[in-house]
Amino acid sequence: MARVGPGAPSRRVLVELREIGKHFGGVRALAGVSVGIEEGEIHALVGENGAGKSTLGKIIAGAVGPDAGEMLLDGEAVTFRSPREALASGIAAIAQELLVVPRLSVAENVFLGTEPRRAGWVMRGVLRRRFEALTAEAGFDLPADRAAGSLRTAEQQQIEILRALARDARLIVMDEPSAALSEPDTVRLHEIIRSLAKAGKSVLLVSHFLREVLELADTVTVLRDGKLVRTKPAAEETESTLIQAMLGRPLDAAFPPKAVLRADAPIALSVRELSAPGVSGVSLEVRAGEIVGLAGLIGAGRSEVARAVFGADRRKDGEVELAGSRLGAAAPMLSLRHGLAMIPESRKDQGLLLSRSVLENVSLSRLADFSRLGVVNRRSERAAASHALDRVAVKGGDYAAPVAALSGGNQQKVLFARMLMSGPRVLIADEPTRGVDVGAKRAIYDLLVGLAAEGMGVLLISSEVEEILGLAHRVLVMSRGRIVTELAGEEMTESAILAAAFSETSTEPPAA
Amino acid sequence: MTTSTDTTPAPGELGAAQTPAGRLQALAQGRWRAAGIVFPFLMLFVVLTIASSSFATKANLLNILDQQSATLIIAAAGTLVLVSGGIDLSVGSIYGLSGVVAAELALHSWPAGLAILVGVLVGFAAGLINGVVATYFRISALIATLAMSFVLEGLGSLITQGNLLNLFTHQSFSDLTRTSIFTVDSSIWLAVVAVLALGLFLARTTIGRYMYAAGGNPEAARIAGVRVNVVRVISFMLSGGAAGLAGVIDASRVLSAQSQDNSALTFTVLAGIVVGGTSILGGEGAVWRTVVGVLFIALIGNGYDLLGLNPLYEQITLGVLMILAVGLDAWSRGRVA
Repeated sequence: MARVGPGAPSRRVLVELREIGKHFGGVRALAGVSVGIEEGEIHALVGENGAGKSTLGKIIAGAVGPDAGEMLLDGEAVTFRSPREALASGIAAIAQELLVVPRLSVAENVFLGTEPRRAGWVMRGVLRRRFEALTAEAGFDLPADRAAGSLRTAEQQQIEILRALARDARLIVMDEPSAALSEPDTVRLHEIIRSLAKAGKSVLLVSHFLREVLELADTVTVLRDGKLVRTKPAAEETESTLIQAMLGRPLDAAFPPKAVLRADAPIALSVRELSAPGVSGVSLEVRAGEIVGLAGLIGAGRSEVARAVFGADRRKDGEVELAGSRLGAAAPMLSLRHGLAMIPESRKDQGLLLSRSVLENVSLSRLADFSRLGVVNRRSERAAASHALDRVAVKGGDYAAPVAALSGGNQQKVLFARMLMSGPRVLIADEPTRGVDVGAKRAIYDLLVGLAAEGMGVLLISSEVEEILGLAHRVLVMSRGRIVTELAGEEMTESAILAAAFSETSTEPPAA
Repeated sequence: MTTSTDTTPAPGELGAAQTPAGRLQALAQGRWRAAGIVFPFLMLFVVLTIASSSFATKANLLNILDQQSATLIIAAAGTLVLVSGGIDLSVGSIYGLSGVVAAELALHSWPAGLAILVGVLVGFAAGLINGVVATYFRISALIATLAMSFVLEGLGSLITQGNLLNLFTHQSFSDLTRTSIFTVDSSIWLAVVAVLALGLFLARTTIGRYMYAAGGNPEAARIAGVRVNVVRVISFMLSGGAAGLAGVIDASRVLSAQSQDNSALTFTVLAGIVVGGTSILGGEGAVWRTVVGVLFIALIGNGYDLLGLNPLYEQITLGVLMILAVGLDAWSRGRVA
């Protein structure tokens, strides 16, 4: 199963990280992480969402500077101020969002910024010959003259790999390279990664997919909460040992007691065979008073389900019913009218009008209720909004201040207040505690549990597994656009959720 | 957001607004934005009052307002378009077409009132088309209204055959703007009523609020249940209607109309809105600001006239002021957002 590197112990260390630390604002992303990456090694980084693996990858590739610790390349301390500097030293990064210039040809993309030129003119013939030499060496079959934007994701990824090879990269950092690939493309990618290693290149593989990690990697480093758990040869790890290493966080009593779900609670939200971009054939039900957790890795399609159910994105297929009445066209306004509300994933991009006042943000969904002949009655608007804000306990009551001046927790509560004003039967809460402090988290948990106790159905999306375990009556786990597992009662454990989330759901057997 | 692997916040996420210093900064900028062009306007007013004895006279000030009545009306409605996240580059052409239609009908012996009404309706219709093309057809408002401006100017020229329509034989047409009410011309009253109505619409009505939402964060507005496209279409309709009204007002003031060479008005209007402090990026602004912005520009012109300065410098002054206004706007946004 795992590939045992030939003569692993004798290889030279290419990159060494010593006691790397990084904070974003007040949030610790990494602390005291020491890792060595050897020449010709496939080194995997695993961890839960937020464990710090992408940040570590970005530090190595020069996209992010560390606050503490040092980085050694060939035994000498280096400081990269930009990805460009890292590239000059032979470290290339391939991000999840591929960076190709769609209108330029494949060959032009590969040599972007390093075009062979004379007096400012690109020497097309030379460029073409170099491209052919490079593809032959790497064993890729890419059309040199096609516009890069017309290629499939997997082929665009190969452009980036070629770009790295064209710059003589010695270490290639790949962040979730298979997340957006189909099964055959994934198999092909794995072959490419292996041949890179065989050619003496090192690959740092950041991946959610444990099976992929165990298949490909020589060495696996596990991170948890920004700290190093261990680095071990992949041959000594299994999926379950990795999952155990990634967990190990005690489930703190930060959660209010769950309300007992009445056995005869009616179904409030029913979704049947829903398909939308990133969502295939999802069916689910939420009963009145029930909190259903929607777990899965980032990119598994949870937010896509939320948006398609709510009508923020178009639905390709399937039905959404609220308390028995079918939602027709996908339109947030109609969903709200039927009693379905959503707290979106990103409060800044999808939730708030940052420069407008707290008051205006709260009343936005129900403004027509406080209007006569289209004119807003500001007194009744203020009264109703104040009432909703009291309920979510936003302190520091200058409701005329722009919402941008509030803390993250209070901004989130403003969205809860807006939602409360529309009095929904069902709430979809997408990452409701992302980026809020501990105190505000508890307040939001209390709010969610309280609303459910009053009979609201809640579909809770969270990347924090404890949050789902602490709040939900039932958990649905998603992977690659589908619901793969439903867990309730005793089966709801952190390892069961993670095992399902990390599972690959393709029908084809994985490549050997 | 969804594509990043870890939930580590971007450096901006724990942004300036949360630190005490950041909050102060946000407040200070709020104040600055609130004051905006008002101080420069008052200073200019005082300077002109001192420098020219004929400036602060009823005749001069009413003359400024009369000259600016059309610009004020268009700019007030244009503020709604900008706040909603759009832009309307066709107002000059609508202004021209509406004036021409009303004048042509008057020349064909229609009653002046009816001709004027049809002129205004032409403006609303053009605005409706602008709005639908810029939202439901997903063509950027800039392109949609620019294209419309050519079409409308061409239509106007078809009507006039490229000539100036002369209304000197139809004196009843001037009643629209030359009726004196409390010793003030009705052109000014029309502007005051239209500007007040548009200002109250933006500040006090449900749809006005939705305009701020649609321009400030269209995705958030949509998720909150606002019909962003409908709101934007309304803003374009009002802009078209206002341009139509302005067109017939000027046709009535000068008793003539022409379909060409009205595009300068489009940019004068935009200049007034932007100098007033309404953001070209949408979501922020107010009609009263636009009024101050338009009058500020008018005062510069009036000052150059009264003081006998070289009018070439007037344009340079105006251009520099616009760059300052927009630059400060971008700068303050970069800090807050």
